[in-house]
Amino acid sequence: MEILHNIYIHHYLALSVALFGIGVFGVLFRKNAIIMFMCVELMLNAVNLALVAFSKMHGDTDGQIFVFFIMVVAAAEVAVGLAILMMLYRNLHTTDTDSLNELKG
Amino acid sequence: MLTEYAFWLLSFIAIFSGIATIISKNPVYSVLYLILTFFSIAGHYFLMNAQFLAAVHIIVYAGAIMVLFLYVIMMLNLNQLEIEKRSNILKMLAVASAGLLLVILSGAAHSADALTANPNKVTPAGMVEDLGIALYRHYLLPFELASILFLAAMVGAVYLSKKNLNETQA
Repeated sequence: MEILHNIYIHHYLALSVALFGIGVFGVLFRKNAIIMFMCVELMLNAVNLALVAFSKMHGDTDGQIFVFFIMVVAAAEVAVGLAILMMLYRNLHTTDTDSLNELKG
Repeated sequence: MLTEYAFWLLSFIAIFSGIATIISKNPVYSVLYLILTFFSIAGHYFLMNAQFLAAVHIIVYAGAIMVLFLYVIMMLNLNQLEIEKRSNILKMLAVASAGLLLVILSGAAHSADALTANPNKVTPAGMVEDLGIALYRHYLLPFELASILFLAAMVGAVYLSKKNLNETQA
């Protein structure tokens, strides 16, 4: 079953770049740690999309295996990261990253 | 023809809800828009014959990760609107650096014109069978190591979310 005759790899690359840029902009622009976390997830998904597009281009399943492992690492990262965020909120009562300035001289 | 319309529609939904994720004031709306983005990305996987990945993506991201986000937002009671006070210089720097990165990346993607998909090549279907053969034959060691990673992450998450971390250490 061959679908997508006229959608080429650079369509997917453009979409992937757009999503990655949105994620980078969100991490730099927002101060809420949870929103920044979600933007990191968005960036990971942009990379996943590019990898699946490459996998389709080469007719090879290796790209999809990479996406699989990225999902594994993302799930582990979210579990630990949200636990850290809970500790942060318990000690500071905020998730604002600007309040984490204790190392500032 | 229909799949092209599906591509453009899914791309529009993905980018629109991605932007809505970062400009929503309420974190709960951000989570919901991000779930919409993930569903459209799963639709893209489906269009690219990666059906197994599409299913796993929905189960893992929309089913597990975003539910975890919603739980944390609910427990921390963060759903009230907050005014973010960030200086204008920092905002402009954020816009400039993100825009520059976008320009660089799109330049790199634009120069990939030669990488058109070969329609004559047989695309392997991303079903469970193909992925399973690759995963258990060539990638067995990373697959097993992933379980150790999960175990470590689970221990870390449980330990970090203990109520009184200092008292239990004594």
